[in-house]
Amino acid sequence: MKRRLGLLVLAFCLLPGWGAASLPATPNADDPLLEARLNHLAEDLRCVVCQNESLAESRASLALDLREEIREMMRAGMNDDAVVASLVARYGDFVLYRPPMKPLTYVLWGGPLAFLLLGIALALATLHQRRTLRPPADVSPEALREAAQLLQSDDSNHPGSPIASGTASRPSYQEERSSR
Amino acid sequence: MRRWAPLLVFAVLGVFLYFGLYLNPKEVPSPLVGRPAPDFTLPVVGRPGETFSPSEVRGEVWLLNIWAPWCSVCLEEHKHLSRMVGDRVPVYGLTWKDLDREAAPLLARNGSPYVAAVDDRDGRIAIRYGVTVTPETFVIDQDGMIRMKHVGPITPAVWERKFEPLLRELRS
Repeated sequence: MKRRLGLLVLAFCLLPGWGAASLPATPNADDPLLEARLNHLAEDLRCVVCQNESLAESRASLALDLREEIREMMRAGMNDDAVVASLVARYGDFVLYRPPMKPLTYVLWGGPLAFLLLGIALALATLHQRRTLRPPADVSPEALREAAQLLQSDDSNHPGSPIASGTASRPSYQEERSSR
Repeated sequence: MRRWAPLLVFAVLGVFLYFGLYLNPKEVPSPLVGRPAPDFTLPVVGRPGETFSPSEVRGEVWLLNIWAPWCSVCLEEHKHLSRMVGDRVPVYGLTWKDLDREAAPLLARNGSPYVAAVDDRDGRIAIRYGVTVTPETFVIDQDGMIRMKHVGPITPAVWERKFEPLLRELRS
């Protein structure tokens, strides 16, 4: 029960907007629509001085200036794509939190998928190898049967279990225990 | 071979991380290199009534050094800039966000390394140049094209390695 509650709390924290929520810029009273557009756009733009914050949440003075610059471009009638394009022209793709797909970023985009595929391939290969594993020739069929039985039984690691008691290796173990 | 695999993976990762240590996260490749330097006309610090615009130095190779009076690294750079550059190339300054108007008295007191330093009080021109930190230095060629951007102070080693060869190439 406690664990389930913990999971629930964790799930809530992972919901977007919870936990370390982003603080939007101070709303500009005279044009809430433009301000909403700005905040939406700034979420996906990196603050270039404080590299791990978005332009929307940053309080750095350059971020404030950049937001003002974006406001001005929007007031001048530029659409979102044009605003982003003009920022990319100055700061490079670095300002984008979602880097565009191009030859330079193929590794970035394809890397996780490649690693996932590699992991799956490794797992499959390992599993396949285990399945098709042949027992070594010098082990007798009886010993193998016994081993299989031991693996299937739940309490095989108790020295007193009925299946284990008849084996060749057990008596010495039991002796050792009872002599204490 | 199998038992060495983890060590091998670790070694490869180690090499990547080791070189990662020496990368400067502030050194972001500028898309402005190879593009025309954004134009502006701004008042010159400490010379009332005077303005400067990049179009005035068209036909010359020049440096634009972004600095701010509140940037201690910039002030340290100032001490050595004139000696390093000498009279090989004119250096212009862009004073970024000098809100307290400290730039003019500061340059007068310490001696200005600039032919002229312009006043970008609200930082809007710096944004056009994609400035993220101070100091930053742009090398601009005879056609008004940005040929290089250096992030951080110019040390004698940097000057020799990055600036000298480029300036020689631009002059020839």
